[in-house]
Amino acid sequence: MTPPRTMFAKIWEAHEILRHPSGPSLLYIDRDMIHEGSFHAFADLKRRGLKPRRPGQIFGIADHYVPTTGRSAAEAASPAIARMIDTFDENMDWGGVRHFSLSSRQQGIVHVVAPEQGITLPGLTIVCSDSHTSTQGALGAIAFGIGQSENAHVLATQTLWQTRPKTMRVTVDGALGQGVSAKDVMLALIAQIGAGGAGGHAIEFAGSVVRNLSIEGRLTLCNMSIEAAARLGMVAPDETTFTYIRGRHYAPSEQEWDSALDQWRRLPTDEGAVFDREVTLDGAAIAPMVTWGTSPEDALPITGRVPDPASFASADKRAAAARALDYMGLTPGTALEGLAIDKVFIGSCTNARIEDLRAAAAVLKGRKAVVPAIIVPGSTPVRDQAEAEGIAQVFRDAGFDWRQSGCSMCAAMNGDVVGPGERCASTSNRNFVGRQGPGARTHLVSPAMAAAAAISGKLTDVRRI
Amino acid sequence: MKAFIRETSTVAVVPIVNCDTDQIIPGRFLKADRAQGYGQFLFHDIRRDADGTLDPAFALNRPDAAAATILLVGDNFGCGSSREGAVYALVDHGIRALIAPGFGDIFYNNALKNGLVPVRLPAPVCDALAAHLAAHPQDPVTVDLEAGQVTLPGDLGAHPITIEPFARDCILRGLDEIELTLTHLDQIEAFEAARIAANPWLGR
Repeated sequence: MTPPRTMFAKIWEAHEILRHPSGPSLLYIDRDMIHEGSFHAFADLKRRGLKPRRPGQIFGIADHYVPTTGRSAAEAASPAIARMIDTFDENMDWGGVRHFSLSSRQQGIVHVVAPEQGITLPGLTIVCSDSHTSTQGALGAIAFGIGQSENAHVLATQTLWQTRPKTMRVTVDGALGQGVSAKDVMLALIAQIGAGGAGGHAIEFAGSVVRNLSIEGRLTLCNMSIEAAARLGMVAPDETTFTYIRGRHYAPSEQEWDSALDQWRRLPTDEGAVFDREVTLDGAAIAPMVTWGTSPEDALPITGRVPDPASFASADKRAAAARALDYMGLTPGTALEGLAIDKVFIGSCTNARIEDLRAAAAVLKGRKAVVPAIIVPGSTPVRDQAEAEGIAQVFRDAGFDWRQSGCSMCAAMNGDVVGPGERCASTSNRNFVGRQGPGARTHLVSPAMAAAAAISGKLTDVRRI
Repeated sequence: MKAFIRETSTVAVVPIVNCDTDQIIPGRFLKADRAQGYGQFLFHDIRRDADGTLDPAFALNRPDAAAATILLVGDNFGCGSSREGAVYALVDHGIRALIAPGFGDIFYNNALKNGLVPVRLPAPVCDALAAHLAAHPQDPVTVDLEAGQVTLPGDLGAHPITIEPFARDCILRGLDEIELTLTHLDQIEAFEAARIAANPWLGR
């Protein structure tokens, strides 16, 4: 009788080719997703005279540098940015890698496209040279971000040397209140455990709130695991997962379905399995959240006030809060609700799936944005669906700039930026100094909260709209 | 990868907690070819004032820090984006080792692949080192990877380096991991064949 195992342990152990005597495991990698930043890895392969070893298990998608105002590299914000897209296309052709180019009807942000196309499946190991690869664990996979040296290693060998992380279960019980979403759960979690709180751990999300979330919501949870420093996030696959996957392009065929399902049903954590850490949150106690500082841990309920740096326990935290308030142009004691904003961004691999767009549209319907606002769907299929559902027209009627898909103002590498000193309500994942452009002031919020901010021009409690 | 045996140097202190990789290298510089050298981008926006002039108060801008090849940094250093450019910027600037209570996981792995040694020391030890260096900025620190210990100045003593033995061995010898892995190619192929047979949709 084998002892009870976590889902993480089951998937990890099923991918161990060997264990090195001095520690790490050589893991088999089922899928490698690559984007424009992979040019370093391709340069490395070319120097070595190597080619991608398993090109059929590699999927290329341009997302970080792509224009959101057009669908060709020629429309990129600068020749240097266009060159990034062209180089990527050239490397995909050179490596014989399957490739969703800018003109493809499947293009989008890699972590939106992969689940959407059935590339992300339960029980897989998935890597991408992007920290938000954790997103894809929402379907019950081990999915984590890597750098370009590791990416070159995967391209050359379809494996990675990895040290096994510890495990953490985050249980969110109860039920979420009206106007509260997966984004708010994650901001509340990170505020509780800190931006370094899950360092070295693989998180499994559990509890009634998580079970009741759609796949879109679970993707948002896992996406922001990395903002708590987790190695990865995951959710056990269930009927919601299987229904979502069935029929997607790269998913098992109908003939293979029962065999796949039989494997996937054995993945969830066994009763009695022990996690290295347990964290619990009361879902009913979570309010719509907003960040006030320059780390995702600087998050408070919208009903809160900008904290006084002197109120923090350690000298490090006091210094960090003082720096953050200076950068954000905020004074201690100021109510977060009512803070005037200059811009709204709805998009990113955190919050640009169809459900996110529906949540924003529900707030915007029949109303007008009073500040410049852009909405960037997570993929072209999401964009098409929003058009078909009539949501796109809601955005246009509200005065939003309805863009083409890409990372856009979250990574701020494609020319879509927030100006110096501008305050932006953003559905992205990072409020870091300069993340959305030099001097940009980012307040992380959910899509519904971003929409509420757009129509009032201020940070606003969406529950009162 | 350049091998690392031991390094003795003065230490520059960048005491920012949760210093994300966007601070280490802003995203707009990631288009650069490595041959251009990434050192010029290191801490680009936080070591300069709004008008672009170097802030004389920032540690790396001080004349006495110019020769430092070891940095003492805040907890959770290198969190955020997986951009390996953050490690390239440190390495190309001449940094060989980092000391902090903790590092972002992806950054940590990226550092190891580039021979940049990330040393985790307990937070009170890091605090004591920072306090010591504030009074004695020219005191050197030795990171001895071969001996597996870091020697701090004054009465702060020697502390073990808790780096994974596999990574330590690779860095000490400047080993190429891809070459090492390809020596296991037979095992990889056998594993792969069984995995694809059980999950035929993976191979399509």
